[in-house]
Amino acid sequence: MTQLISLLTSAIVFGTVILYGAVGEIITEKSGNLNLGVPGIMYLGGIAGLAAAFFYEMHAAEPVGAIGLVLSFLAAVAASMLGGLIYAFLTITLRANQNVTGLTLTIFGAGLANLFGGSLNNLAGGVGQISVAVTSRAYRAYIPALGGLGNFGKLFFSFGFMAYLAIAIAVAASWFLGRSRVGLNLRAVGEDPATADAAGINVTRYKYLATCVGAAISGLGGLYYTMDYIKGTWSIDGTAEALGWLAVALVIFATWRPLRAIWSAYLFGVLYWAYNYITGLSRGSVELFKMLPYLVTILVLVAVSMRRSKESQPPKSLGLSYFREER
Amino acid sequence: MAEEFAVRMVNVTKTFGHVMANNKVYLELRKGEILSLLGENGSGKTTLMNMLSGIYFPDEGQIFVGGREVTIASPHDAYALGIGMVHQHFKLVDVLTAAENIVLGLPGGVVVDRKAVAKKVRDICSRYGFDVDPDKKVYDMSVSEKQTLEIVKTLYRGAEILILDEPTAVLTPQETEKLFAVMRNMRDDGKSIIIITHKLNEVLAISDRVTVLRHGEYIGDMDTSKADARALTDMMVGRTVTLNIQRDQPVSPQRRLEIRNLTVKDKEGVVRLDDINLDVYAGEILGVAGISGCGQKELLEAIAGLQSAVSGSSVKYRPTGPDGPAEELVGQNPRTIAEKGVRLAFVPEDRLGMGLVASMTLVGNMMLKQYRAGKSPLVDRRHPHELAEQIVRQLEVVTPSIDTPVRKLSGGNVQKVLVGREIAAHPTVLMSAYAVRGLDINTSYTIYRLLNEQKKAGVAVIYVGEDLDVLLQLCDRIAVLCGGRLSGVLDGRTATKEQVGYMMTTLEHKEAGI
Repeated sequence: MTQLISLLTSAIVFGTVILYGAVGEIITEKSGNLNLGVPGIMYLGGIAGLAAAFFYEMHAAEPVGAIGLVLSFLAAVAASMLGGLIYAFLTITLRANQNVTGLTLTIFGAGLANLFGGSLNNLAGGVGQISVAVTSRAYRAYIPALGGLGNFGKLFFSFGFMAYLAIAIAVAASWFLGRSRVGLNLRAVGEDPATADAAGINVTRYKYLATCVGAAISGLGGLYYTMDYIKGTWSIDGTAEALGWLAVALVIFATWRPLRAIWSAYLFGVLYWAYNYITGLSRGSVELFKMLPYLVTILVLVAVSMRRSKESQPPKSLGLSYFREER
Repeated sequence: MAEEFAVRMVNVTKTFGHVMANNKVYLELRKGEILSLLGENGSGKTTLMNMLSGIYFPDEGQIFVGGREVTIASPHDAYALGIGMVHQHFKLVDVLTAAENIVLGLPGGVVVDRKAVAKKVRDICSRYGFDVDPDKKVYDMSVSEKQTLEIVKTLYRGAEILILDEPTAVLTPQETEKLFAVMRNMRDDGKSIIIITHKLNEVLAISDRVTVLRHGEYIGDMDTSKADARALTDMMVGRTVTLNIQRDQPVSPQRRLEIRNLTVKDKEGVVRLDDINLDVYAGEILGVAGISGCGQKELLEAIAGLQSAVSGSSVKYRPTGPDGPAEELVGQNPRTIAEKGVRLAFVPEDRLGMGLVASMTLVGNMMLKQYRAGKSPLVDRRHPHELAEQIVRQLEVVTPSIDTPVRKLSGGNVQKVLVGREIAAHPTVLMSAYAVRGLDINTSYTIYRLLNEQKKAGVAVIYVGEDLDVLLQLCDRIAVLCGGRLSGVLDGRTATKEQVGYMMTTLEHKEAGI
């Protein structure tokens, strides 16, 4: 039982990282922009949050967790929106190829983040890793009375606020896309920009906003990763990028539905961590197990393609630049 | 007096590059009438209406709506003036419901009030006799349902002036009747309607008045009650223009293709080509006339092995004349046809899609026809290279080099490259679709000359065209298609423009003659 709870809690922490990434990407893709820069944007969000917290803790005599939290949160949102803005400018205004731009953004984000991560390590003393313990603790704080309720408390109330924020954002995104007028217009832009244009929708503005807001949400995944998943440190082992790609896979797995992304994210977490709880696995089989989330994504993709359900398809103009027709 | 007009367009001019799509066009639409806008393909009907609906902006001229001069810069402006247009290609989002499509882009509260929308939609439907389910997804709808939804959408947005761009092209006769019924209902309710069409029987059946355009110019308008099919055809096709295209008498023409009972259905099972019987002779140019989309493409593609035909169809190829051996072309593909030694050359309508690869160089495009030549595992580059140079020299193709991607060439040069390549293969049958579309006069004459040379060399040339003057002065015989059926075959030397125009728009002519 303890084992199971332990698996589920790590799955939820894991799932939260990619849930942010995926919900942000869903919003972006609903505007017809396929942003493969999600890993890079998560890197940007992560390093910006870490740097803000680091400098705050370094300069404040008595660092307060809540202030570090707010500062790092804002920094992460700003940095990832900037990443989204770069992508939007290149693909929407300059009509660059979306795949190339996205992949480039991933390389750019990873490189930039690791450059600054290394520099922060140096600033922190040159050896060992930096740590923003105070801020990280604030991120991981939970209500002790609830978290202490045995296994039940562990499973539902032992996480930092961002785990719940992720669910809230996913639910809000679902409502936004399915019910709201702006969400309806956004879907039309991603499906058929020419039709949206003819209906009087400002396609460019929708694409820009969706891409930047989506990037901000994705970037929060990076922030959660640095502050909670690796507890306010920096590592250059590339896990952040792997998680970024899983977030992209999750978008497909969830067939572009934020609500479905919630439980799918946790399922990915369970699949990813399963090897830890199966005894007697060799190193090789561990890596095979880590592959499971990608494998099920491929299976879902095959199943969805075979069923040809119109509801489970990607936005029709995903990946295409929009030109207003001229003869 | 001016208040009687819902819309008046005065001296409206629109050019695209050097092509004059509309030249000082005049149009008036009275309140509560149905006006037909009649003209051949490319006569500028849709361009004119696109200016009224805010898709294009006129270069010159004035537009009056309800007696007031207006500027229409976007579809938004058009809606604000109560003008709604239903395009040939529907502007609907497949995965959304009817109601969602209707409210798309409209201002309103944060959440769409689906109930209120559905109610308003039902009100509009019951008022005019439409049948729309607000909750049905567009991907579940038939073409006619989608069209109905488009019309309801414009009415929902308060349109008083409706423009329908060839609405019947996609409808069955029963659906057309239904559409006409609701159009009459709308008119009786005070709406003003413009219907773009090139079908004479529809003009006569539905409209109160008709305005005719030809080559982007206003020809005239008249009350439908005073019009008849003949008079309208004359207005549509105009007087014959002498072009001085060379036309030699065919030298001992021999039957090369026998097309029998050729029927082609598209993916939806709609008959595109209906029981065509036609002979094509070596040493002559056979023209194919018709409104676009009447089966020309299917005819050529069925011969080329790109289109499968219904069983019972037959296209026999006789290389040595009517008594010689024959090859059946139906049921083959281009490769098997070539392997049988049948040298078909095809200059398709879609030059940079089907004819040439836009991003490849001239040499690369030559190679497309020769990549299987030779026995070496490596591709032979020398011959395509020489051929490209030869074509550039002989046809005076303007290009920086033969290693330039063809997409960088102008339309005329692209066509020269394509025709040059097809002719270089020494074809026995040469098929061309709209070979001079978009070309300047000089290049057009070059193409006519090349076709004439092929005719002289004993090639069976098929020329699908849209300009009747060219067809009448270039071709030895003219097959006229109407709605996928053969309206008749005329002698190119004696046929008149009116005759061809009439046969293109009406099927009653059933002249014997293969």
